[in-house]
Amino acid sequence: MVPEYETVIGLEVHVELKTNSKIFCNSTTAFGGEPNTHVCPVCLGLPGVLPVVNRKALEYTIRTALALNCEIAGFSKFDRKNYYYPDMPKNYQISQYDLPFAQKGHLNIELNGNIRRIGITRVHLEEDTGKLVHPATITTSPYSLVDYNRAGVPLMEIVSEPDLRSPEEARAYLEKLKAIISYLDVSDCKMEEGSLRCDANVSVRLQGKEEYGTKTEIKNMNSFKSLQRALAYEVERQIEVLGNGGRVIQETRAWDEGKGITLSMRSKEEAHDYRYFPEPDLVPLVIDRQWVEEIRASLPELPDARKTRYQRDYGLSAYDAARLAAELELAEFFEACVKCYPQPKMVSNWINGELSRLLNLHNININACPLTPPQLGALLELIEKGTISGKIAKTVFEEMFNKGKDPAQIIQEKGLIQISDEDALIKIVNEVITQNQKVVDDYRAGKDRALAFLVGQVMKVTRGKANPELVNRLLKEKMQ
Amino acid sequence: MELYYYPAHQLHQMLVKKEIKAEEICLSVLNRVSQVEDKIKAFITLTHEQALAQAKKVDEKIARKEKISPLAGIPIAIKDNICTEGLRTTCASHILENFIPPYNATVINLLNQADAVIIGKTNLDEFAMGSSTENSAFFTTANPWDLARVPGGSSGGSAAAVAAGETILALGSDTGGSIRQPAAFCGVLGLKPTYGLVSRFGLVAFASSLDQIGPFARNAEDLAWLLNVISGHDPLDSTSRVEAPPDYTGFLVDHVRGLRIGVPREYMLEGIDVQVKQVINQALAKLTALGATAEEVSLPHSKYALPTYYLIAPAEASSNLARYDGVRYGFRAGNAVDMIDMFKKTRSQGFGEEVKRRIMLGTYALSAGYYDAYYLKALKVRTLIKQDFEKAFSSFDVLVSPVTPTPAFKKGEKTGDPLQMYMSDICTLAINLAGIPGIAIPAGFINGLPVGMQLLGKPFSEGILLQVAHIFEQNTDFHLKKPDLK
Repeated sequence: MVPEYETVIGLEVHVELKTNSKIFCNSTTAFGGEPNTHVCPVCLGLPGVLPVVNRKALEYTIRTALALNCEIAGFSKFDRKNYYYPDMPKNYQISQYDLPFAQKGHLNIELNGNIRRIGITRVHLEEDTGKLVHPATITTSPYSLVDYNRAGVPLMEIVSEPDLRSPEEARAYLEKLKAIISYLDVSDCKMEEGSLRCDANVSVRLQGKEEYGTKTEIKNMNSFKSLQRALAYEVERQIEVLGNGGRVIQETRAWDEGKGITLSMRSKEEAHDYRYFPEPDLVPLVIDRQWVEEIRASLPELPDARKTRYQRDYGLSAYDAARLAAELELAEFFEACVKCYPQPKMVSNWINGELSRLLNLHNININACPLTPPQLGALLELIEKGTISGKIAKTVFEEMFNKGKDPAQIIQEKGLIQISDEDALIKIVNEVITQNQKVVDDYRAGKDRALAFLVGQVMKVTRGKANPELVNRLLKEKMQ
Repeated sequence: MELYYYPAHQLHQMLVKKEIKAEEICLSVLNRVSQVEDKIKAFITLTHEQALAQAKKVDEKIARKEKISPLAGIPIAIKDNICTEGLRTTCASHILENFIPPYNATVINLLNQADAVIIGKTNLDEFAMGSSTENSAFFTTANPWDLARVPGGSSGGSAAAVAAGETILALGSDTGGSIRQPAAFCGVLGLKPTYGLVSRFGLVAFASSLDQIGPFARNAEDLAWLLNVISGHDPLDSTSRVEAPPDYTGFLVDHVRGLRIGVPREYMLEGIDVQVKQVINQALAKLTALGATAEEVSLPHSKYALPTYYLIAPAEASSNLARYDGVRYGFRAGNAVDMIDMFKKTRSQGFGEEVKRRIMLGTYALSAGYYDAYYLKALKVRTLIKQDFEKAFSSFDVLVSPVTPTPAFKKGEKTGDPLQMYMSDICTLAINLAGIPGIAIPAGFINGLPVGMQLLGKPFSEGILLQVAHIFEQNTDFHLKKPDLK
């Protein structure tokens, strides 16, 4: 019998906080910009400069930690993490070691209807590094350039417990985390711009074993999809290694998106000794309980609460409610639509259906599309009134999605108003019956599918504008 | 007496009364520099033109009948590890030989606001690591009292410049005695303020939890005036104290009646030159005659100060000096085959022996497996040392000790033996570990060489230390003696 392995995954997620200024100076945190223009003596680590903590960054970290049900430290401090790399201006990173701002939290993920609680080990704050820029590939470039615009952007690290049991769960966890952070409005969470980054610790163990297997750390996963793919690959690789009688080596591996494999970066023996010690340039922080409670009181409704509200108040299914609540902008769009057209289920079907399909197709966010909630409301009203059919509505919707025009205007311009006039339709129905005598015979012989064909013919002649229910009734009457 | 040897507070009165011009003071000092600098070699960089331009601006203010601040038009020398915008700041290291900061240290901004006249940047032991300026990558400064001897260090250039009349005032930095020890060797006053009293922003860090900028002067009143300008909260330094400091000139009263002096036993043991002890005992006799009481006190953890210091300071230094890698500024070694090789060559060629020794010591102390035994243990002992002082200050207003075990030693005398060199700071290291203020004042002479007395106080008690220094000065003339530089 092939042994059954259990997957064990823990994630380390880095989130860039969207404060106006950097964590220890007043340089801007704006993304992009000409290289080395968003810098000052402090974030460049010039001789003699000193850091001063950005209170907003601390507030955002505590805000996040509270939303993740963490315990907030009363006393915390920063530490120096020492290692040499040219993207770090000081060759040490100001981070947190043994006294992070928050510990012992959790969040719930839902997969195939099962809810699982995933532990959060810690949430801490540190400074981001700059970036190396290479004129060609990293191995063939004759030199490297350094851009310090990102150096000193506040970076929040959220470490999970090794509670995730599959790549799918890992993805669900990261999606949930992103949703929560978006709701809190503390980060842009753009994986493509690097404001949300994720490393994973992965191991496998025989089913039923208590002890963890040897883990590898996977880096360089730049989307939810690549996280899931990389983890699936790595789990399979480890099982294969063990199955062949080998052993997993503790190491850091990089995900190669193009090749679809993970590759060894460095072994445990080559790992850095970071020589952590308390940052002497910053005094330890005593975190005021009252301030923490003020932050807690200001927390917005979070994804789980919103999902529950949609189920309770709007009668949505758990699946639909969860999908809407997973993205703040989408959820707010949904609610705005419901205000215009108070039939939540119908609105939900359109948002989770056509709208999501088109957003995915164009790979854009709801805010990037010109469609407005009143426009979607108006479209649904036109369907309800029978002005257009559901099928025509999809065509109209696509036009609305792309151009941001009102549905009435589109219908007008394209002459798409549904034909619900019995006198107008009866002629076409008669014509279709005469031209398809054989099908009519089939229908009369009891083949129900023949009716659909005939309806289709009428729709074809009317270019989809005929009221389908009416056509159905007329055909049936004529063929009796 | 030439203007360059006048007290700052007296020069200020003369300026206000229009008896002299700031330009004359500046020229007097600059002439003195051109006469003696060949022998003393106190300066790495001189700023003749800027200094004269600044002095003339003060004269224009006076001519316009504007009120001038106490330090307006007063020449001051700056230790070359304090950043000056547009003016080379080398730390006496090859690695920063051509570094021109794009910003001022907070103390420099404060001096500029006060219209002080910066006349140059002074020599030091590379990155303030040393006790003789012999670790300067450029040259060694001479002691004005005996050119064959060291001026002390690391702020040796500042102390020698003040003693030789090459400036009226100076700034130094003190991590384990780097202001007080050279002040004692050169026969001037030097103050290491309480940690947090003066902003460290712009002071090139050696050991962040120990470093403080402080003033040099030839009398207590000048010291108080300079401290008034440079002290106070700086929002750019999280470790600077928020409470506003007092006006230190207000402490310069004429009595010490009822002052309780403690004399730490451990600072008067063997290892301290007998003649130095005599000088201190005579000074104590003088103070008791003036109405103070003196009593022996014990600081039982004193013997651990040196090893504790040489774990904490190098550990912080190893991290603080990591940024000098040739990537962004400063020296970069040529002929590197790759990035790591460039780091190695740059740092191997750019740093001197003592700096490298301390980087290695510190790196070792922080390494996995050694941290608890060395660095963490050192932090615990540091707390014990601090508590010794807290206990002593529950019974005494000030503590009095020698500054150094001996007067200035000869150049080359200790360069071969780092431990011997470290021992010359044995009376000053613990003060930085405890974070308390310490002042070195001229207290006597041995064979023509000045001997310093150290006064220590509880945190933020600089006023009392200045008061004692002032009264001692009023009743002695050691601070008035000048080295013969003919």
